[in-house]
Amino acid sequence: MSAAVTEYKTLHVADVSVGDKLPSLDIDVTSGLIVGGALATRDFEPVHHDKSVAQAAGLPDIFMNILTSQGLMSRFVTDWSGPEAVIKSLDVKLGAPNLPGMVMTINGEVTACDAATGVVEVAVTGENNIWGMHMQGSVQVALPRGDQA
Amino acid sequence: MTPEEQKAFEDKLYAYVGVEVCSRKPAKDAVNETMIRHWTEVMGDNNPAYTDAQWAAQSRRGKTIAPPAMMYVWNQEGYSVASTGRASDPQTDMVEMLTEHGFTGVLGTNVKQEYFKEASPGDTVYVEMVIDNISERKATARGAGYFFETLATFSDQNGDKLGTQRFRVLKFIPQEQPAAAAADDKLEVPTRIPSPRGHDNGWWWNAVDEGKVLIQRCTDCQTLRHPPRPMCGECQSMAWDSIESTLDGEVMSFTCLRHPKIPGYPADPICAVIKLAEGTNIVSNVVGCDFEDVHIGMKVTGKVEQVDEKTMLPQFYPAQAGA
Repeated sequence: MSAAVTEYKTLHVADVSVGDKLPSLDIDVTSGLIVGGALATRDFEPVHHDKSVAQAAGLPDIFMNILTSQGLMSRFVTDWSGPEAVIKSLDVKLGAPNLPGMVMTINGEVTACDAATGVVEVAVTGENNIWGMHMQGSVQVALPRGDQA
Repeated sequence: MTPEEQKAFEDKLYAYVGVEVCSRKPAKDAVNETMIRHWTEVMGDNNPAYTDAQWAAQSRRGKTIAPPAMMYVWNQEGYSVASTGRASDPQTDMVEMLTEHGFTGVLGTNVKQEYFKEASPGDTVYVEMVIDNISERKATARGAGYFFETLATFSDQNGDKLGTQRFRVLKFIPQEQPAAAAADDKLEVPTRIPSPRGHDNGWWWNAVDEGKVLIQRCTDCQTLRHPPRPMCGECQSMAWDSIESTLDGEVMSFTCLRHPKIPGYPADPICAVIKLAEGTNIVSNVVGCDFEDVHIGMKVTGKVEQVDEKTMLPQFYPAQAGA
């Protein structure tokens, strides 16, 4: 077997400018995603898989756990940056819960870009179509510099 | 609580600042490809740095890594949280004390992770955690409460620091009892605001529902007018009929509505005054292109379309060149 190595493009810091917008991403929030995300992050808090417990806590249904929101934010940025980018920080402010049936739209914009270190900061928002802002925050990634090819 | 009771309570509460929740301990499982793949499947994350060993071998790193956002995953307690409940530690003791004093609500408000080193399959993630700080009593929109922040530090089997996590939580007295949240109604996706249909304009919207944009015409002097109204502005006649617009037009003026966002409406809609070929103006949306590409005088073509479950609306697209 000698399958060719798949090519993946990674942005260089020189390719990026403050104000660049990332391609937006729609996430269909389903019970499957909420339960799947909770289990894949080993979060067995009942509010993330048991509707009756979530309702006792005052919400209509189970809701997405924080680790899944962090994962989606991380994916959103590396989908754009490419795989050689190194994530340096993920800073999330949490808002309205994500419940089954909602659609969360994630948007991002480059807010800082340091050509010397290669570190780029992206402001990210994830808003659902029913209750609004689910998460907002910033992600820092270090991109390769052009001279490191 | 009387001021004395509150003082006694806060003395007990603030004694938790700096208390170790857990000393450095290893995760039950080493970083492994299986758990990484389960995570990437759910997140829809196709980053080859996590799961494509062949690609990773020739990458800068030379090997696959765990998604940094999984840093906290490795040391999670596991299924016992659902079956027998979370094991007790100083943090759960503090949370219980707050709950007993009426601060029953709990809300994670901020999580900040910083990463210093990437972990790869075979590494073991160690965690240690302290209660870093507790705020003074705050009045919040959710109710009065205290914010506390835990600081977790992650390291690997060699003692190298992988990263930190600051997690801020609000424990509060809920301002109102949860409404009848147990109602099993489906969440209703908001639609656009229904058009107000009165005696003078209902006919116009009814035609839109049938896919037509009509323009009112004075049957005495033939002057066209829009929006619909009872009397001709030229000859004051109240006799009228209507013609159907071809919906060819051009942009007279436009803007982008960036704030506020309105549930049920697309983000950043382009709102424009369109001069129709028939001569009247209509306020509508320009769709099918970016805001940056719209200009005054731009030729557009309208279509009546269903924009949500309940709403038919004319919308205008850039006219096809040469069409």
